Amino acid sequence: MGLPSAESAFAVGGQPGPTARFDSGVNPAGVILGIETSCDETAAALVAEGQQVLSSVVSSQVDLHARYGGVVPEVAGRAHVQRIVPVIEQAFKAAQRSADQVTAVAATTGPGLIGALLVGVSAAKALALVWDVPFVSVNHLEAHLHAAFLDEPDLELPAVVMLVSGGHTMLVLMQDRLHYRVIGATVDDAAGEAFDKVARFMGLGYPGGPVIDKLSSQGTRDAIDFPRAMLNDGWNFSFSGLKTAVINYLRRNPEASTEDVAASFQEAVADVLVTKARRAAEEHGAKGLCLAGGVAANSRLREMTREACAADGLAAYLPSRAMCTDNAAMVAAAGWWRLQADGPSPLSVGGDPSWGLPESRSCQLNAH
Amino acid sequence: MITCSTDSVEQTRALGGAVASLTEPGDVIVLVGDLGAGKTAFVQGFAAASGVVASVTSPTFTLANRYEGQIHDGQIVVNHLDVYRFESLDEAEDLALPELLEQGATLIEWGDMIGSVLPADRLTVTINFGASDNERSFELRGDGELWLNRVDDLAAVVKPWAASDC
Repeated sequence: MGLPSAESAFAVGGQPGPTARFDSGVNPAGVILGIETSCDETAAALVAEGQQVLSSVVSSQVDLHARYGGVVPEVAGRAHVQRIVPVIEQAFKAAQRSADQVTAVAATTGPGLIGALLVGVSAAKALALVWDVPFVSVNHLEAHLHAAFLDEPDLELPAVVMLVSGGHTMLVLMQDRLHYRVIGATVDDAAGEAFDKVARFMGLGYPGGPVIDKLSSQGTRDAIDFPRAMLNDGWNFSFSGLKTAVINYLRRNPEASTEDVAASFQEAVADVLVTKARRAAEEHGAKGLCLAGGVAANSRLREMTREACAADGLAAYLPSRAMCTDNAAMVAAAGWWRLQADGPSPLSVGGDPSWGLPESRSCQLNAH
Repeated sequence: MITCSTDSVEQTRALGGAVASLTEPGDVIVLVGDLGAGKTAFVQGFAAASGVVASVTSPTFTLANRYEGQIHDGQIVVNHLDVYRFESLDEAEDLALPELLEQGATLIEWGDMIGSVLPADRLTVTINFGASDNERSFELRGDGELWLNRVDDLAAVVKPWAASDC
């Protein structure tokens, strides 16, 4: 069903194994097909030389309902199964490339939901095998760290990255493209999750981030003094207490202005994130602050990051919404760097639902 | 049914830890309660008491988190699931529940939503908000023979938080 030249590639029986041709080095002028199925989005992208995005297709942008005549469930692995082939096809079509130009296939192998991960991992391995190109296993969180570079190739390192999404909230010190270290992380709810749950409690629908962002623009940021947990205490974050504080406030004050509650809540989240990030930048001598993950699309977080950087003489790296949210271009980019550094991944690599950010040993040695 | 109450997040964690003391691999605990009730806090206490050192974070987005703990000489796996975002029972298939249940104790936030695909033997912990911001009441209901046999042990371990009228 139309993956370009897949059938002809089946004819290479008896040829050297899929990794053999790269034994003498990786093709640096490569085009990598990236595949991402770790959470809700099914995504595929073609990226040249780890930098130039030829195409980046995310399933929520593609009208698959018409194709399949039904509602596509949000989190099911089977939804990825339905979407993966058309999304990959679309990535080739949008890039006007054919499969014989692909030099490696990279897929997110973790963290994520195992049923969802395996769809992308299996597809990537199958394609790598039939096209006789390397397969590269990519960590989803590492991919997020590479996303900003696709918008800003001149991003200067070291930088402190605020990786904030529905499932993750962490501060990462990025020394170079493959060397970084987690400075702090949430001990309970992720920031994006707090947005969604507060929005749900307020009856604002899903996803909560954009709607709270919008409401907040009409509210007063300091109307309610919501708690800033662990603000001056270490490098970790806690957003569960903030969520509960907002819920308690709304229970006691059912007539409260939704706009003020939204704005005050958003302010508390952004305040904690940016306060810790700029302190981390100072402590580690970083040249800039960088946003990554879906919450990085939040306008107040972007504004506060910009203001903090201006005040502290740091560069502010604020990737586009398309690069902040889950996509496969970042997977292809991370895959390109991993392939240079580590070579192809064995086809025996499976999905790893709880794979943490692979911190580098040399970074810890280099960090002063 | 056993009724308990706590007046802080720390006490909710401690209650989770007490319940952990009598659970075994294969057990299923369903957590029911509104946003902010303390379901994740209960699991945090449960995991800590099971020797898990990692931070137990909410699995709302990741759907399933797996932790490895150590009690005495034995390894124990704690599966922390959240089916809050599910819209149909079909989606529960993606959790690979049978495999998870084989591996360790499994705690499922909002698990009542997928009750029909869960084992009959399970403990359901329902959390309600109390009069003040930090107060919570808990209803512990064991279903199936497994929990019927444990009801006295359960009452004993949660006694410090048991409501005065029972």
